Amino acid sequence: MITRSETKIKVKSFNKATLVIRMTLLVLVLVTLLGFFTFDYKGIHVFDGIVLTGQTFLTMFLEPHFSHFTFVELISKLFITIGLAILTTMLGAAISLFLALVAARNLASKTTSNIRGIIAVIRAVPTVLWVLIFAVAAGLGSVAAVIGMSFHSIGYLVKAYSESFEEMDDGVIEALKASGATWWQIVFQAVLPSSMTYLLSWTFLRFEINFTVAVAMGAAAGAGGIGYDMFMASVFYYDLREVGIITYFMLLFAILLEVFATRLKRKLRLNA
Amino acid sequence: MLGNFFLRKRMNFLAYFGLLIIIAFVAGVITEYDPVKGFTSIPKAIVWGFTNFYPNVESFEKLPDILQKIRETLLVSVAATVTGGAFAFLFAIFGAHTTRFNVFLGVISRGIAIVFRNIDFSAWAMILLFSFGQNVMTGYFALFFGSFGFLTRAFMETIDEVSGGPVEALKATGAGYFSIVFKSVVPSTMPQMISWVLFAIETNIRQATLVGILTGTGIGFAFDLYYKSLNYHAASLVVVVIVIAILLIEWLSNYVRRVIL
Repeated sequence: MITRSETKIKVKSFNKATLVIRMTLLVLVLVTLLGFFTFDYKGIHVFDGIVLTGQTFLTMFLEPHFSHFTFVELISKLFITIGLAILTTMLGAAISLFLALVAARNLASKTTSNIRGIIAVIRAVPTVLWVLIFAVAAGLGSVAAVIGMSFHSIGYLVKAYSESFEEMDDGVIEALKASGATWWQIVFQAVLPSSMTYLLSWTFLRFEINFTVAVAMGAAAGAGGIGYDMFMASVFYYDLREVGIITYFMLLFAILLEVFATRLKRKLRLNA
Repeated sequence: MLGNFFLRKRMNFLAYFGLLIIIAFVAGVITEYDPVKGFTSIPKAIVWGFTNFYPNVESFEKLPDILQKIRETLLVSVAATVTGGAFAFLFAIFGAHTTRFNVFLGVISRGIAIVFRNIDFSAWAMILLFSFGQNVMTGYFALFFGSFGFLTRAFMETIDEVSGGPVEALKATGAGYFSIVFKSVVPSTMPQMISWVLFAIETNIRQATLVGILTGTGIGFAFDLYYKSLNYHAASLVVVVIVIAILLIEWLSNYVRRVIL
């Protein structure tokens, strides 16, 4: 007699990976539930809040207006934020390029690749804390913002760059070493040209991130630009419609960046 | 000919380099960035850090309070990412080219994802302040909307990348829509999706600090409070706690990623 369990075809073997996937999902769901049960709601009605948020969105996006500044002023504030993002990305990229060359496993000696550990710690500190820490030494403003934002950019880009360097063919480096090329020659003639497309797309991705970070630093750390205006409109003037117009501006620029990034990626892939 | 090639290459390089310099200069003028002050502020900040910015004995009295705050922040980040991920999964199924069943619905869900992704966490926080006030739910919803937008895009790309072939094969055998999604798409994309969710949790903990400063909740509020009352020892303890928490989460998720991918 054949039992039911024997007739069922086993389609997937149970292994460690499946176990870990299930455990991860279970833990995530449990932590989420624990969160919802232990949050300090302070007597707020979540459902009412959601309804109110819906109304906020409608007023914000359907009736935007200018009251504390003009269209031209807002554009110039937008350019300040873009400028902060550009400076941070350039400074971060230049420093990261050197650090990544020293940190990449296939280019570095054993001792210098310890940089990775330090970089991981730098990356773990949130950007806003870097900016606020530098603000004590340099004062609030663009200097503290650019230097503080660069720290996190460096943490991010060193990891991305050094991983792109490690992806390159070991044979090329070995061949150049065998022909007696120096370290600098290997870097400039083989490593950089072959990983240039990766470097460019990572840098542009970071520029996109830095734009949003620059908005946030304007709001949270007084770095100026469009983020600061949004903070004032929201927290001080309590002007929903003005928040709406600023959101439109940021949204437009962010989507423009995204479209450009997709184009750039496609073009780089064609050239590669 | 060959010399010409190298000359042209060098000219190209110089042109791009010059363009970058000009862009940097213009950006510097617009933002009133002072490079000299920028470079001199680094040693100044290091000196200041070593003399003022370290946890001392007194600041450890604040530790139970800080741990309570980081616990709340961690829970908010995970809860926002998981619920955001659940919604993102639904929208990704509707929007991905391989699994969408209605072109109109697909375009709509892609559009919603683009809007949500491109409004930053900080902007969400300031918008939500209007309806939730200084409450843990402001932070929760800010992180929820942000990770929802990000994860929808990530999930869509994963689905399109991984399950094009199997879906076509199942369609050819006459399998129904739900069996295609639950027997093929979900199992084959699950490891990638979990990896994305873990990544989103890592970023959300960092973002939670920022959102906390703006909305007055969680660990960000603790830092802001000590920082603004010039209690730098306690503020530095907050930084240390955040770094440890983030490194721990990164280590855990790297372990999970190594096993499942």
